[in-house]
Amino acid sequence: MTLIKCTDLSIGYDNSVVLEAISFEVCSGDYLCVVGENGAGKSTLIRTLLGLQKPLGGSISFSGGLRQTEIGYLPQQTVVQRDFPASVTEIVMSGFVGANGRRPFYTRGQKAKARMNIERMGLQNLVRRCYRELSGGQQQRVLLARALCATDKLILLDEPTAGLDPRVTAGMYQVIKELNDEGITVIMISHDLTAALEYASHILHVGRETFFGSKEDYVSSGFCERFLKGSKASSAS
Amino acid sequence: MQDLSLWAQFAQAFSYSFVIRALIAGVFISLSSSLLGVTLVLKRFSFIGDGLSHVAFGAMALASVLFTALKISDELENAWEMAIMLVITTLCAVLLLRAGQKARMGGDAAVATVSVGALAFGYLFLNKFSTSGNLSGDVCSTLFGSTSILTLKTFDVVLCVCMSLVVTLLFVFMYHKIFAVTFDESFARATGVRASLYNLLISVIVAVIIVLAMNLVGSLLISALVIFPALSSMRVFKSFRAVTICSAVFSVVCSFTGIMVSVPQGTPVGSTIVAIDVAGFALFCFIGFLRRVRAK
Ligand SMILES: Nc1ncnc2c1ncn2[C@@H]1O[C@H](COP(=O)(O)OP(=O)(O)O)[C@@H](O)[C@H]1O
Ligand SMILES: [Mg+2]
Repeated sequence: MTLIKCTDLSIGYDNSVVLEAISFEVCSGDYLCVVGENGAGKSTLIRTLLGLQKPLGGSISFSGGLRQTEIGYLPQQTVVQRDFPASVTEIVMSGFVGANGRRPFYTRGQKAKARMNIERMGLQNLVRRCYRELSGGQQQRVLLARALCATDKLILLDEPTAGLDPRVTAGMYQVIKELNDEGITVIMISHDLTAALEYASHILHVGRETFFGSKEDYVSSGFCERFLKGSKASSAS
Repeated sequence: MQDLSLWAQFAQAFSYSFVIRALIAGVFISLSSSLLGVTLVLKRFSFIGDGLSHVAFGAMALASVLFTALKISDELENAWEMAIMLVITTLCAVLLLRAGQKARMGGDAAVATVSVGALAFGYLFLNKFSTSGNLSGDVCSTLFGSTSILTLKTFDVVLCVCMSLVVTLLFVFMYHKIFAVTFDESFARATGVRASLYNLLISVIVAVIIVLAMNLVGSLLISALVIFPALSSMRVFKSFRAVTICSAVFSVVCSFTGIMVSVPQGTPVGSTIVAIDVAGFALFCFIGFLRRVRAK
């Protein structure tokens, strides 16, 4: 079942096009990794999918009972001001605010669901803690729990492991994989190609050249090697 | 027995109806003005609040000149003045918010221009057209509130209480949305929260609060009333809800104490309240410091 279908999409800001002629589709249960160099436009693509900015051309359509506002979003490094007073529970619950529309308060069902998502992320001992006092990995889990409150179907993760140490990173990938195994569709931005190749079912490569297809096709297409070589060269320099 | 006489002075203050009126208005105004503090501090709207308070001064000057010119002076003069201030300040709030959204850099400049312009024109109006015999006294009382809270008529008090209640209720019903929009606007937008609507509502509420708080502390000290409760609570508490509740209590206690101290001592109400706010802030900083030391 197709959830998102993009045809000939071009994205960017005002008059400057960042990426064009992107076509891909995401089906229920997929694990799509979006890869590409820094500044290639991955975050811009995600923001366009979420409706935070308008596409410059082409179309995005949602189907299979998915609405645009039903996507659980994990932003790239939420810059929370240093002094923001917010407890873990308050942040996780805020995932429901959009779905509530005019209703001012949370329902009992939502509170139960938030508790479930907090346990799912292994945060039950931290519920009363202040967000800004948590470690980077714990903060990401809180935001993931919030994203899970906003959706049952699809989560969209923008570099969820940036700035985390290797052990925490592995844990994070494991959690995401478990969510995918439970039937949640995943779109993840990553510039960690090894992880992408390990977990993803599909790859969308953006940049000077665009590729979309299954992981196997990506590996055999030669795109992958060129990208790996390119990133080695740039990290060596 | 120094204490007893002080206590007697307080007790006597309670027997004046103008003190009771001031206390009622003061408590409600400070309750409503403290609620949005956290959001304003964290979203950097506190700057807009400061600019708007100067706009309110200009509007006040305009209104009082208008009334003198038209020779209106009746029971409702205060209420009419507040209405005019409300309209002008709200309009400016919306305009400034728009300007701030269009271009971050331009926003700051727009606030500065509008606020300084309003101050200048306000004083110019008063100076040129006011027939009052005590011009500098009038200006001083608009800027620092000196005694205006003590001269409120019953109708003014009812008006203040009603407006404060509306602000408080709006805040309570929008509480979760305000939290979501303040904490992470992109996420809120992505999940379908109409963030620009809530930003607009926030700026309208700020305008209302400023017009209300003019009565209590005057235009130059409004920011203190809005920001000190939030800053103080943020030193000690760590969840949004605890900070919000603590801000409200802090603000009400400080204003109540301020009025109670200033009446027998004959000090200006507004500055007394703000002085107590500052003392409270210092106390909360100290408590926060102790907590952090003990945690280590
Ligand atoms: N708000 C913005 N306005 C204009 N250009 C932007 C903005 N944000 C990002 N860009 C540009 O868009 C390009 C893609 O950025 P981004 O999507 O963040 O890349 P990635 O996430 O792949 O590293 C970059 O060249 C960047 O300079
Ligand atoms: Mg990015």
